[in-house]
Order: sequence, then C-alpha cells, then structure tokens
Amino acid sequence: MLTLDHVGKTYPNGVRALENFTASVGPGEILAIVGGSGCGKSTLLRAVSGLDTPSQGRILLDGEVVKQPHAKIGIIFQEPRLLPWLTVAGNVGFGLEDRPKAERNARVADALARVGLSEKANVWPRELSGGQAQRVAIARALVPRPEVLLLDEPFSALDAFTRTDLQDHLLDLWADLKPTLILVTHDVDEAIVLADRIMVMQPMPGRLFDEIADDLPRPRDRQSAAFDFVKRRVLTALDRSLADGRPDGKPAASDADSGAAMWW
Amino acid sequence: MSLAPMTVAIEPAAAEQKPRTGGLPRWAGPALGLLLPLTLAVGWELAVRAGWSDGRLVPPPSVIYATFAELAETGELQRHALATLARVLAGFGIGVVTGTVFGAVTGYSAILRQLLDPSLQALRAIPSIAWVPLFILWLGIFEASKVTLIAVGVFFPVYLGVMGAVMSVDRKIVEVGRVFRLSGIQMVRRILLPAVLPAYVIALRSGLGLGWMFVVAAEFMGASEGLGFLLVDGQQLGKPAQIVAAIVAFAVIGKTTDWIVVGLTAPFLRWEDRARMGGN
Ligand SMILES: Nc1ncnc2c1ncn2[C@@H]1O[C@H](COP(=O)(O)OP(=O)(O)OP(=O)(O)O)[C@@H](O)[C@H]1O
Ligand SMILES: [Mg+2]
Repeated sequence: MLTLDHVGKTYPNGVRALENFTASVGPGEILAIVGGSGCGKSTLLRAVSGLDTPSQGRILLDGEVVKQPHAKIGIIFQEPRLLPWLTVAGNVGFGLEDRPKAERNARVADALARVGLSEKANVWPRELSGGQAQRVAIARALVPRPEVLLLDEPFSALDAFTRTDLQDHLLDLWADLKPTLILVTHDVDEAIVLADRIMVMQPMPGRLFDEIADDLPRPRDRQSAAFDFVKRRVLTALDRSLADGRPDGKPAASDADSGAAMWW
Repeated sequence: MSLAPMTVAIEPAAAEQKPRTGGLPRWAGPALGLLLPLTLAVGWELAVRAGWSDGRLVPPPSVIYATFAELAETGELQRHALATLARVLAGFGIGVVTGTVFGAVTGYSAILRQLLDPSLQALRAIPSIAWVPLFILWLGIFEASKVTLIAVGVFFPVYLGVMGAVMSVDRKIVEVGRVFRLSGIQMVRRILLPAVLPAYVIALRSGLGLGWMFVVAAEFMGASEGLGFLLVDGQQLGKPAQIVAAIVAFAVIGKTTDWIVVGLTAPFLRWEDRARMGGN
C-alpha cells in the first residue's frame, strides 16, 4: 500500500508545485493522473520515486517512509534514458548487478522475451526505434520486480500506433506481477484504457481536483459507448479544473464531443 | 553516385553508403592523398639528379633516407628517439594525472570550480614557453625542467576536456543511476566514467599532441640528446638532411603514440554513434 500523506512541494524559486496531496493506492491498483501542464504531476511522481524530497508531508510504502529511491519503487520516464554504452541486455540488467551472473542473464533474457525484443539483446540502444527503446526501458524497470511502478508520460513521444500497442503490452506485463502502477499522462484515452482510477489535478498550486473510478470491464474497448461515457466525465472534470483556476471562472474552450484523443 | 543534383537530393542516404570516391576501390582515397607528396618527392629527386639543383639546402629523398639509415645503423636515431619519447611520456603522464584530477573535481563541484578555475584559466593565458626561464631557474637545465614544461602543455587540454565532460554529463542519466540506488563509487564507475570517456579520449589526444609540440621546445632549451637535439645539431652543423630525418621521426613516432591511444580506448567506445568512413 502506497500512501501519500499531505504531500506538498515548494521549489526553491518559490513555485508551489504541489499542495496537500493525499491519496492511497492499493497493491496492484492502476492509478492514472491527468491534469493541465504545470499542475505538478511530474513533481508528484518524482517525490514518490524518492528522486526529490517533498517539502511537506510524507510518502509511505507499506508504512515505511520513502525518502530516497527505493528498491521496491521503479520509474519509467518520458524518454527511455537508456545508457548508450551498454547493450540492450546490459541496460535491462542494469539493476541486477549484485546478482549472480546466471540469474541475471536468465532474468534479462526473460524480460526481453516478454517485451518481444529477444533478438535485440546485443544491439546498442542507438540502433533501436523509439518504441523499441521505450520497451527496453520498461523491461529495465520491471526486471527488479518493483512493487510500485511510476510512469511519467511514458508513451507521449511515440506515434499513435506504437502508443496503443505499448499500452496493451504494458497491461500484459502488469498482469504477471501486478505491481501498483501510477501513470501520469496527457492522453485521456490512455488513462481510461489502463486505469482503475483517474485523478484529475488542478494547477497553481498543484492539487487533487477530482477522482473518477474507471471500472470498465477489461480488456477495454476504446470504441464502446461506456468508454465514451467515462471519457466525457474525465474531460468535463479537466475543463472544470482549469476553469476553477481562472479568474473569469469560464471553462476552457474544449469540446468533450470532439472526440479528440489527446487532451493538453 | 549520380552527378544529377536531383538524385543526390532525393537519395542522400543511399549516396552516403558508398565510398566518397564514387566507383573507385577503397584504397583509392588514401592513394589520392599520397599523390601530391610523392610527385613532389620524385620530382625533386629527379631535379637534383639532373643537376638542376645541387640539393644542398633542400636534400633530395635519397639523401634523407641515407641519413636516416645511417643514424639508425649507428643506433643514434634510437637513442635520440627514446630520450624524446621518455620525456614526452613522463610529461604526458604527469599532465594527464593532474589534468584529470583537477578537471574532475572542478567539473563535479561548483565551489571548487569557482575556487580553482579562474586561477587555472589565468595561468592558461600565459604562453607556456614563457615559463621556460623560470623552470630552468627552479629546476635546472636537465630533465626536470623539460618534463615540467611538457606536463604543463599536456595539463590544460586534459583539464579543460575533463571539466567540460564532467559538467555536461546528462542529469537524466545520472537520475537513472539514482533510481537504481547506486552508491557514490558505483555512480562513478557505472555512469560517470563511461559518460565522459569519449570526451576524455579527445582530451588525451590533444594533450598528447601538445606534449609532442612542447618536447621540441624543451629540447631546444639545451639538450645533449633527443630528436630536438638532432634538429639543433643539424642546424648548427649545416646538415639539413639530419633535420628532415628528425622531423620525419617526430611525425612517425607522434602519430604512432596517437594511434596507440586511439587503439587502446577503441574497445570501450564501440557504442559511440560516429559517422564512420566506409561502413563497419
Ligand atoms: N526543478 C524545478 N524548479 C523550480 N520549479 C519547478 C521545477 N520543476 C517544476 N517546476 C515548476 O513546478 C510546477 C509543476 O511542474 P511539473 O513538472 O510537476 O508539472 P507537470 O504537471 O508535470 O507538467 P507537464 O504536464 O507539462 O509535464 C510548474 O509550474 C513548474 O514550472
Ligand atoms: Mg511533467
């Protein structure tokens, strides 16, 4: 169980990026976080990952305070961030340096097989496509078997085909160990396809605005009416989250019926 | 490769695959580069043989070769070359170690950078040869002052290269190390060292080049052996062939040491995405 207890972050330059964020995420739950640009989503994720320390509040994993990067918490960034001097296999096994070689090789081979890149094991990262590189990054984050996996817009740099492909793929991988997933995204469809729960954040200062349960049956059909219904709710919440933050109180110009897959 | 501009514009990738010299075989490129010096050498040789010039100030290739062979036979060439090489290596070693240490700490710590870098930059602004009188006063006329001068020459490119490389290590990749909870030493070994290596090799090579430059200056300031001594000796005794032979020796040994640096580091840099001539 991951608990965020009144988490706040004020950067040294005085920006209140996050305020009073309280939530708990159960084991194996998939939580999506959406919200306007600059509303503190990355700040939140970095605090949970232990890369940054919150200025207020605490983050608890199974009752233990997270202050630094934690063995049971993995993170996938927007960019693959592969180490260019290691082969694909070397990158995937990066977190297993302290394990016996045989075990490491077996786990790396297994992870690569599961992201469908076995034949790329001995290739340099620069020889991969963007989608392949991000799959390697996913494999690298999953190999240490984290209890919590954080994803900060993991697919936003990819084209629409690769993106839906990797979304489905992520669910397959998740089904194996069922880690807690926290996914930050700008893509409402992505949030709805993947998540059990969608949190909408509001900017300045970044805080929780609304929470929408997403209990559509899996596997989810992106074309179904039920999907559209959830999507409309999320888009409405997003509009209101922005309107609330505006002095004129008017909603942003955006139409839930336009069917736009991306919400910025 | 087609000469039609349109084809070139449409298929740049396809054009890149082929050797630069178009349809010619792979050795043709280097051979083309040799054409000019070889023509000049052969032409000069013929001119001297034909009696158009006495070749006293500019000796023909055959005379240079003979001088070279004679120096090599008597063991003189080896003695002088080894003396020079030893000085370069000693100065290079000292310059690399100090340059690496200073570059690493100033690159890593902003406070140390603010403390040290202005002074080092000020020292760098002094033409290094200007130190010679002082070094001789301090360290005497023998090896110590020579090696020091070479070390000073090697220090600055290595220092600057390492500092720049450490400062520009991608913070995002350092974060990957942090996520995997690397200790300080692991971070250096698994992230920082490989990340700075390409720039480090370049710094080493320019340091080595300067080392070879400065050994000549050092040997000019008075030496009883070394290739630089051969140069001065050739000048004073009016033996241009000996001067050219020493220059050739400098070129060959200098280039060889550079190849050695490249060759020793190449296995660690295979991942680098460099535009290579003629494919794999
Ligand atoms: N290192 C930092 N120093 C100072 N301010 C920062 C820093 N990082 C982020 N901020 C500020 O904090 C706020 C929240 O930033 P954050 O990156 O968390 O937003 P985000 O929700 O991830 O936005 P996006 O959707 O564009 O990625 C922004 O106003 C940003 O300018
Ligand atoms: Mg962000």
